Amino acid sequence: MIRLEKRPTPSRFWTMATPVVAVLLTMVAGGILFAVLGKNPFEAIRTIFWDPLFNPDFAAYSRPQLLVKAGPLILIAIGLSLGFRAGIWNIGAEGQYIMGAIAGAAAGLAFYPADHWWIFPLMVIAGALGGWAWAMIPAILKTRFNTNEILVSLLLVYVAEQVLASMALGAMRDPEGGGFPGSRNLSQWPAAANHELVAGSGMHWGVVAAVVAVIFSYILLQKHMLGFQIRLTGQAPKAARFAGVNPNRLVVVCLGLSGALAGLAGLFEVAGPAGKLSIDFNTGYGFTAIIVAFLGRLHPVGILLAGLLMALTYIGGELAQFMLGLPSAAIQAFQGMLLFFLLAIDILANYRIRIGKAKVA
Amino acid sequence: MTDLLRLAGLTKAYPGVIANSDVSFAIAPGEIHALLGENGAGKSTLVKMIYGLVRPDDGQMLLHGAPYAPPEPRAARAAGVAMVFQHFSLFDALNVAENVALGMENPPKLGELAGRIRKVSEAYGLPLDPARLVGDLSAGERQRVEIIRCLLQDPRLLIMDEPTSVLTPQEVAILFQTLRKLAADGTAILYISHKLEEIRALCDSATILRRGKVVATCTPRERSARALAELMVGAVLTPPVRGGAAPGPVALQVRGLNARSPNPFGTALKDISFSVRHGEIVGIAGVAGNGQDELLLALSGEIRAEREAVQVDGAGIGHLGPDERRRLGLVTAPEERLGHAAAPDMSLTENALLTGAIRKGLTRRGFIDWGATRAFAGQIVEGFDVRTPGIGVAARALSGGNLQKFVIGREVLQEPSVLVVNQPTWGVDAAAAAAIRQALIDRAAAGAAVVVISQDLDELLEITDCFAALNGGRLSALRPTEGLTVDEIGLMMGGAHGMEVAHEVA
Amino acid sequence: MDLSAINPLVLLASLMVAATPILLAALGEVVVEKAGVLNLGVEGMMITGAICGFATAVMTGSPALGFVGAALGGAALSLVFAFLTQVLLSNQVATGLALTLFGLGFSSLLGQNYVGVVPPRTTALHIPVLSDLPIVGRVLFQHDIWVYLSILLVAAVWAALKYSRAGLVLRAVGENHDAAHALGYKVVRIRVAAIMFGGACAGMGGAYLSLVRVPSWTDGITAGAGWIALAIVVFGAWKPWRVMLGAYLFGGITVLQLNLQAAGARVPVEYLSMSPYLITILVLVIMSSNRSKAALNAPASLGRSFHASI
Repeated sequence: MIRLEKRPTPSRFWTMATPVVAVLLTMVAGGILFAVLGKNPFEAIRTIFWDPLFNPDFAAYSRPQLLVKAGPLILIAIGLSLGFRAGIWNIGAEGQYIMGAIAGAAAGLAFYPADHWWIFPLMVIAGALGGWAWAMIPAILKTRFNTNEILVSLLLVYVAEQVLASMALGAMRDPEGGGFPGSRNLSQWPAAANHELVAGSGMHWGVVAAVVAVIFSYILLQKHMLGFQIRLTGQAPKAARFAGVNPNRLVVVCLGLSGALAGLAGLFEVAGPAGKLSIDFNTGYGFTAIIVAFLGRLHPVGILLAGLLMALTYIGGELAQFMLGLPSAAIQAFQGMLLFFLLAIDILANYRIRIGKAKVA
Repeated sequence: MTDLLRLAGLTKAYPGVIANSDVSFAIAPGEIHALLGENGAGKSTLVKMIYGLVRPDDGQMLLHGAPYAPPEPRAARAAGVAMVFQHFSLFDALNVAENVALGMENPPKLGELAGRIRKVSEAYGLPLDPARLVGDLSAGERQRVEIIRCLLQDPRLLIMDEPTSVLTPQEVAILFQTLRKLAADGTAILYISHKLEEIRALCDSATILRRGKVVATCTPRERSARALAELMVGAVLTPPVRGGAAPGPVALQVRGLNARSPNPFGTALKDISFSVRHGEIVGIAGVAGNGQDELLLALSGEIRAEREAVQVDGAGIGHLGPDERRRLGLVTAPEERLGHAAAPDMSLTENALLTGAIRKGLTRRGFIDWGATRAFAGQIVEGFDVRTPGIGVAARALSGGNLQKFVIGREVLQEPSVLVVNQPTWGVDAAAAAAIRQALIDRAAAGAAVVVISQDLDELLEITDCFAALNGGRLSALRPTEGLTVDEIGLMMGGAHGMEVAHEVA
Repeated sequence: MDLSAINPLVLLASLMVAATPILLAALGEVVVEKAGVLNLGVEGMMITGAICGFATAVMTGSPALGFVGAALGGAALSLVFAFLTQVLLSNQVATGLALTLFGLGFSSLLGQNYVGVVPPRTTALHIPVLSDLPIVGRVLFQHDIWVYLSILLVAAVWAALKYSRAGLVLRAVGENHDAAHALGYKVVRIRVAAIMFGGACAGMGGAYLSLVRVPSWTDGITAGAGWIALAIVVFGAWKPWRVMLGAYLFGGITVLQLNLQAAGARVPVEYLSMSPYLITILVLVIMSSNRSKAALNAPASLGRSFHASI
């Protein structure tokens, strides 16, 4: 008989080993999936994980893409992880990402075609505020009316998508765009563009922001009372109240912060890699970031690594699509499987597997 | 007369501890048999074996002379063994009839069941309305539901685990009448307790366990309570030493405190008033569910009240939260160790930070001084003899007694001027309990005002100067502890809470 | 805007059709949550059911078999959730999300070959006498069989929860799983069964979309219906009849805004499209601010992991 026995203290080894084991298991399961789809599993896994980094033929193109994709994922995931640790589930990061992009782009376009140094910083601030404001809706509804933030933040994603469509087709449409949907191209307007800081590395301001966020989050969680309170609230809410934590304040801070970071990511994307505000510029980063947050075990350094890994699956997936005809939906399924395996193995950090009856002392 | 149940050489061990070692005794039909022992003696494990929740590692059980080894509670119930646990298995949002039905193998239809509940409950002097929601019942009434559940299955042996911890003295008397009637009808009763006077009043024979072994079998009526206590504990524990200094000015003043319970099935506080002077220990008695948790929450600051409803050294603080109250010298220790007083998965160091941050200066402009926090945790562990491999282990790894010592020590070492504790020695072994009580007394001697909320009347009588009882969210007037009789205390606790009784109470 | 283009009878009739997928999914989730489990993966199970049902119907030529296939598909996916949360004790919120993300990707994968394919038709029932009634007949009695079956399911779930032994045990498990375990009930088994029932219902809800309402297969055909279903469970305070009311209200709003769009309303299309979601949020706020009632109806063990420790 197989039993689960709770460990007296969480196992440090398993806390760090879990993501690694999960990735390995996903590769196996993914390989099976690809085989079922008629692709050579080993070739597919290699194309996804190895080629983008090391294959001499395309690594030079795909490596920079790694930072481009990882930046927003890490930035959003850091914000989400703080809330998740406190038991505050912001599932609507995608919506905050969109609204941040809209707000930031709008702020910049209001001054087109001027060329002041403060336009880009203004856009950045507007982007953060846009995401923050969108996240304040579930925050206020939760603190004043005790409404479940999961459902509200999620439903607002659908609303945000409609707002985006309305903006891209209407209010913010490029007047010189020949009637096509989408805003002016921001990445081609020097005052507003989110350039690469080091040519060819893919490192734009969004990536810098992501690294700053990782450091900030690390210090917050390890060394600051707020970080302690966040951890405490998620683990033992009654003890948190006893310790004097104000739960409403925590909700507002966590949702606000994650909204602002998601909004920032949106702005950086729209002024950089995506180039302009279009109906479908959002590629699901807000949701993938949830996987990144859990894969990184809600720890800043873990999220950094997990973000890079997830970016790899995106790029490798595109490569596999191109080279092997692997459907893009397969990659989405693959990423979902990764989260499954992670959640499944996570238990080993807190429980031991015992086979047979309980032993006699 | 053949025994109903005979235990021979029962042994059960868990990793690191031998819960029961070679336990043997017998119970005759219609006998009321006590199982006596302090916390941790092995009583719970023993009855879990009898009830089929746990399998013995060695030894044998005979029921009516035939081998008896129930693989699960269902088999035990089928064999005629029923058990009323200390922690009830009840569903607050369902009514009495539904709760009883869930505890039965093949319950009749709810309508018929309701009728049978009424009949049986009246016959044994424990009237119950089958349609009431269990969440609305008092602790004593909830116990009735558990008992009725057992009685409807016509048991030959009824096991009761610490039944009187939730009853007032008058309710205890009603319960005893019921049990005597059951015994007279031929049902044997195995009565687990550590309350010596009750056992002497009720039980025909007693088996005393200490550290998993049987140390004596006797007739309780023939022994004094002191003798039984010595057998139970194995040593004579000296009562704690009290200073005897005169108390100072009023430290904590509660005036007209009203508070709603955060729990939908909880008890609201109504117009609570009392005061505690520096150097004084005030005891607040009361059976579970009468507002103890709510009172602690109102005093700790987790529930806010009107500004002047709670005053410390003359200043109104009712509107302040826990951290501000700590700053002013008021600290508390809640009943629930894991989950409320301490975070189970966090280390002792982090748990020291939980409440000690302010008074021990563990933070600087929001940033945590982990070095100072570790030092504080170390002080607590050393000063209060907390048995732990280190301060980095999670709180859940500690035994109940050690964690409680840590929790109380954490608050005491903050040198508060007002200390409020709720059930400070619940579920704690005798040695740790004595240490905790002494710590409370020492703190009062150092000039603090101490409030002890407890269900353990013996404890309150031992260490407090003044005494009040909490009943239905209301507090009785404070009276000096010296000279109070158990009967008077029972009346302060609300007597039988107006529960109708079918048989006469002596 | 030409309001006369909107036929109120057609509106009312299509309301029931619009509501049915959400009603089915929400009913399943009521049972799951009553047992104490929060399964946020409804969207994933619905869309998996949509493609499984579609594929089965196309392959067999029978829409009825399609629904069976959808139920099985939804239940199979929910089994993954059940295993992770009940046996491996994983966090229910995260696992539900994983279910949704995986379901969306997986169904898109399965549906690759079915885009643009026409499924076998599900015809409307003709009930003698009732269908021919002048107004009422058009609104209530000319639907396909699944609409009526969904209403029967509401009645069945309500009766089972309230009057049957199994329903009582399920509710007990949801209220206090420790007590239920102490009394000898197999908490994990009961919860897994409830989860699979929820998966089957969500799957059938998805199949209704792909086989009857739309009817065709596209990526993301559910468009948030699963999330709406979760909101409706809260709106309905975990009571089957109220959930039905909620589903019909939502269906009504959906078809109304579609009709307004078609009638050329001067409000931009996007704002009409977002109205169902905004109204759902509003409804959630109203429900949750009524604190005491809501607190008493939510199963006390909802969302908490159960670990038997003896």
